[in-house]
Amino acid sequence: MVENIIEAKGLTKVFNGYLTAVDHVTFEVKEGEIFGFLGPNGAGKTTTINMLITVLKPTEGTATVCGYDIVKEANMVRRKIGVVPQEYTADEDLTGYENIILCADLYGIPRKISRKRAMELLELVQLTEFKDKKVETYSGGMRRRLELACGLINRPKVLFLDEPTLGLDVQTRANIWEYIKLLKKEYGMTLFMTTHYLEEADALCDRIAIIDHGKILVIGSPDKLKSSLGGDIITLKTNENRDITRLIEKIDNVKEVRRIKDEYRIKVKDGESTAPLIIEALRNEGIKVTRLSLTKPSLNEVYLEYTGRSMRDQEESTEEFRVRRITLRRARRRR
Amino acid sequence: MEEVSSNPLHGLWALTNRELKKWYKEPFIFLISIIQPVIWMGLFGKAMNINAIITNNLPPEVPQWLADQMMKQTFGTSDYFSYMAIGMLSFVTLFTTMFSGMSIVWDRRLGFLDKVLSTPVARSAIIFSKILSATIRSLVQASIVLVFALLLGLQLSPNFTPLNLLGVYIILFMLCAGLSSLFLMLGIRSTRWETQMAIVNLLNLPLMFTSNALFPTATMPDWLKPISNVNPITFTTDAVRQLLIFETVNTTQLMLDFAYMGIFAAIIASISIILSWRYLSR
Repeated sequence: MVENIIEAKGLTKVFNGYLTAVDHVTFEVKEGEIFGFLGPNGAGKTTTINMLITVLKPTEGTATVCGYDIVKEANMVRRKIGVVPQEYTADEDLTGYENIILCADLYGIPRKISRKRAMELLELVQLTEFKDKKVETYSGGMRRRLELACGLINRPKVLFLDEPTLGLDVQTRANIWEYIKLLKKEYGMTLFMTTHYLEEADALCDRIAIIDHGKILVIGSPDKLKSSLGGDIITLKTNENRDITRLIEKIDNVKEVRRIKDEYRIKVKDGESTAPLIIEALRNEGIKVTRLSLTKPSLNEVYLEYTGRSMRDQEESTEEFRVRRITLRRARRRR
Repeated sequence: MEEVSSNPLHGLWALTNRELKKWYKEPFIFLISIIQPVIWMGLFGKAMNINAIITNNLPPEVPQWLADQMMKQTFGTSDYFSYMAIGMLSFVTLFTTMFSGMSIVWDRRLGFLDKVLSTPVARSAIIFSKILSATIRSLVQASIVLVFALLLGLQLSPNFTPLNLLGVYIILFMLCAGLSSLFLMLGIRSTRWETQMAIVNLLNLPLMFTSNALFPTATMPDWLKPISNVNPITFTTDAVRQLLIFETVNTTQLMLDFAYMGIFAAIIASISIILSWRYLSR
């Protein structure tokens, strides 16, 4: 039986009495799934995570993690979760190994067990070789892997990942995800992550919630969200100079036709079976299709549809920018 | 699956040790932090030769014992270097504890604090670890300064016993605990180290100069005396002088010093713990 490992009901956070960062957010996360929060910077993703990991107290609403209330039973929640924050929080002046042991001590794990676990986790994220090097010498990817290892030291039921690949280059990002998948396989936990990389959310998450201005706009699996847009897009060119928009509109499954210069952009349901219908129908009218392409909607279109803006144009606060700058600077450092 | 120790000191020591490691694992920083007060003591303590000022400016017919008497009347000892070297102990403490406030601001900015807050470690342990690490650092530094002071000619009082040394550590401990709690309190909500730095700069010299660390309260102008008379550094410095260098010990004043510092440390530390419960998580 699949249970809800996280349940949030009307979760709200208002800063300084007027700045509503998270606005009555309600959602469930099932045990064992990868749940993604997708949204631009300042949408309320990190604030939501911080409430769930008991760092921030909600202004209104409740949530449970592993069945424990995040306010009343905060200490029980803390024992059950692991956190990989957005920033690199490992202490630069300590070695990788010392950092993991420090985390273990914060959970009160006896040294005998923590030593063994630390070595195991370091091996898993392939940092064994660098375990006695100070973290200040680590590259962005190595730091992120160390954060992952730290987040897993208490064998959490739920692992919270806040922008786990922020500022990393494409290869390192892919690499980090390999580790995350490996760790999930090894320890079988639920993952709650935030990201603003659409491709990542699409490829990894079982379900995603798109959040903007503190509100959840839509929740569903990436495929469901994409099909909710109302289908695929067929682009075609013909040898006919007349406007044949009307003609195409009459064909089954066609929802919307737009003529852009000499091309037609056709929104259709189930593109694969509709494309032959269109070619067929046009041939019957004596029109020859010279070019045709079929596009499946990406999460980018979904995002655009719900937030009304693309992922690229975003603004952030000064403090966020500062923290991000520190994070980015460290991320970019290579070995 | 769950192997959680019930010992609340577990996390406290881990966090304290983290701070201390940053200090003793960096030989350079360790060295600097010790050299600095020694230089101060050597330069200021020796250059500010009040003994010479008095002796050299007296007419030759005034005997040396009279000059000594004047010094004793003013400073409680005939040797100004001994007098100010003790003041330096408080000074070292003040400077070290000031930065405990800075470290919590950095922990917040770098996200470390949030990560710690998401673990089951006690909120008060987070603050306690800062107080404890600052205190340990200060006491080690104060010990080294004391050794150097002895080498540079600090004259111990004839009634000095090893038990007095214990007293010195107790009162310095109380000063450290109180001051580091104070500076932590100021930094507990701050996300800007610039603000914290400004506060530290604003407070350090006034705290120093409104105390009897360098000059006795008795010779201060009347408006300054009341400030000096409530400054915890005054009480600490007085107690340490009584225990180490003064020939005649004023027992009542000594008891008062200890009582005042005990109350000061207890109140400020309690307030900072209460604030940590309330304000560490927003």
